[in-house]
Amino acid sequence: MDFIRNMSKESRSNFITYAMVIVAFLIMQALSSMHAISSSMTGLLVPITAYICMSISLNLVVGVSGELSLGHAGFMSVGAFTGVVAAAALAGVVESTMLRLLLSIVIAGAAAAVAGILVGIPVMRLRGDYLAIVTLAFGEIIKNLLNNLYVGLDSRGLHFSMTDTATLGMDGGKVLVNGPQGAVGFPMISTFTAGFLLVMFTLFVVQNLIYSRSGRAIKAVRDNRIAAESVGIDTTKYRLMAFVVSAALAGMAGALYAQNYTAIVPKKFDFNTSILILVFVVLGGMGNIRGGILSAALLTILPEKLRFIGDYRMLMYAIVLILVMLFSNNAQVRMQVESVQDEISRRMDDQFEAQGSKGGDAR
Amino acid sequence: MSFLIALINGISLGSVYAIIALGYTMVYGIAKMLNFAHGDVIMVGGYLCFIAINSLGLPPLVGILLSVVGCTCLGIVVERAAYKPLRQAPSLAVLITAIGVSYFLQNSALLIWGADPKAFPSVVNFPSLKLLNGQLTINSITVVTVLTAAVVMVGLTLFTQRTKMGKAMRACSEDKGAAQLMGINVDTTISMVFAIGSGLAAIAGVLLCSAYPTLMPTTGSMPGIKAFTAAVFGGIGSIPGAALGGILLGVIEIMSKTYISTQLSDAIVFGVLIVVLLIRPAGLLGKETREKV
Repeated sequence: MDFIRNMSKESRSNFITYAMVIVAFLIMQALSSMHAISSSMTGLLVPITAYICMSISLNLVVGVSGELSLGHAGFMSVGAFTGVVAAAALAGVVESTMLRLLLSIVIAGAAAAVAGILVGIPVMRLRGDYLAIVTLAFGEIIKNLLNNLYVGLDSRGLHFSMTDTATLGMDGGKVLVNGPQGAVGFPMISTFTAGFLLVMFTLFVVQNLIYSRSGRAIKAVRDNRIAAESVGIDTTKYRLMAFVVSAALAGMAGALYAQNYTAIVPKKFDFNTSILILVFVVLGGMGNIRGGILSAALLTILPEKLRFIGDYRMLMYAIVLILVMLFSNNAQVRMQVESVQDEISRRMDDQFEAQGSKGGDAR
Repeated sequence: MSFLIALINGISLGSVYAIIALGYTMVYGIAKMLNFAHGDVIMVGGYLCFIAINSLGLPPLVGILLSVVGCTCLGIVVERAAYKPLRQAPSLAVLITAIGVSYFLQNSALLIWGADPKAFPSVVNFPSLKLLNGQLTINSITVVTVLTAAVVMVGLTLFTQRTKMGKAMRACSEDKGAAQLMGINVDTTISMVFAIGSGLAAIAGVLLCSAYPTLMPTTGSMPGIKAFTAAVFGGIGSIPGAALGGILLGVIEIMSKTYISTQLSDAIVFGVLIVVLLIRPAGLLGKETREKV
């Protein structure tokens, strides 16, 4: 394990995150091949990976760039619907479902990136709570527009309309997206492996961005905008960069998420979903990618595990959420927790150094 | 004529938004937090009034009073239990806690009163107003809503400008530390703001449910979001701003429903908000704060 010790602190942290995701994937894969997990849990595997991607991508905006975004689900829905339409349009051309899923995810990411640029340019003129409310507004606008979107596919190609199915002007063919009823009757092509690969890709993009020159610029803008501007950093450019990358990744997660089902409605990606993802990020610790991954996985499983208490489960979820926030943010409680943490990390460091010197002796 | 009807309906809906927005704006002004649970206090207010009138058979006025008192207490309890321990915490942590409280209230309502929509009884029993030889009929609830909003605005403005408590509130929203040094009890003042905001939410809940008489555990969330938007629209932290923002938002919503598209009305409302914020980043009546380096 010498190479871990020789890494820089950042690389070691990155390495641990990748290792954690890979190990979790292998364990879940082994368990599901042995049929050791319930069917309801198996059904949750792809949504968990999608939510993990959402959590990582939102972390880029909220944690790294320091902007509160309340409309992240909007980009997820852009990706979801683009992905479904793209996969349907490619059905005759691309035979392999795996390749079709991949292409639909890429197209969905591109569409969400375009949406991210369109939303981001006005949004980046604002700051703080005003920025938050405008992202909320854009999320609602996207939901509202998708609620009125009709898409059909026939032998002549794709048809779009914003009024109803009759105005699509199709001869035969199939209605893919039907306004408020959403997209129905598309094949379930998402797999847990695809989800895992998307998580790895998202991690790769975000972690490399954070520790790059641009990432340092983004963090500088977060920590002190005026100081960053005065040393020549183009603040709008870097804030927009974080926002658009995050939107594109959210769109990809959306395409993965949607194609785990056979029907999807625009209402699924409303304000509550945006908030849910924000909760993952804040609970995991803002800017802490690993924490965000863990809280996304745990909070997606929690309502399922609380099923035994029936109707009370969402109430319990709310209580757990409030209590965790109280315990992790109250100054008195936090001081105690921190002193314990310091103690643990001090002991770990001691041990590490002891091992290090032992290794040196051997050499 | 249809324009006039739409305008009146818009002002009526906007008055409800304005009352809710006042709660948001006051809490934001003093505690610098977005209280996402505010919309659900509206719903609780609606249910309390419903229970008082339908199950206990009390007269409507007593029902309204009961709902106001209940929500005021709820506001104080929530503030003490969930927000006060986080006074020093980062604002996002408080925001998430508020979301937790919102889930808590919604799901408690779901358990207590069930998911099926309740038909809200009429609390106003005056005949509707007929103007211009009967060409224009104005519902009594519309009149009551607009009048209530006007009374609330004037009352609240007088309260914050003239009373000692109001002065303390303004002082706390300027600078909590300095206010404390001047002998103001900041905790009591913040509790008071939550109490007033929640009491107003109860009134808004009753008015909203009277105008749109279906009551569900999720009744409060959309009006809550809209009112929050209205508060930002007018300039968050400003009381006249909340009133103006609320009424404008209501009018824009009803106008776009009448003349443009029912389905796209939400997109239009939020679109206008975005345009306004791009032109005036601090809202219509908000204070532009210059950044000091």
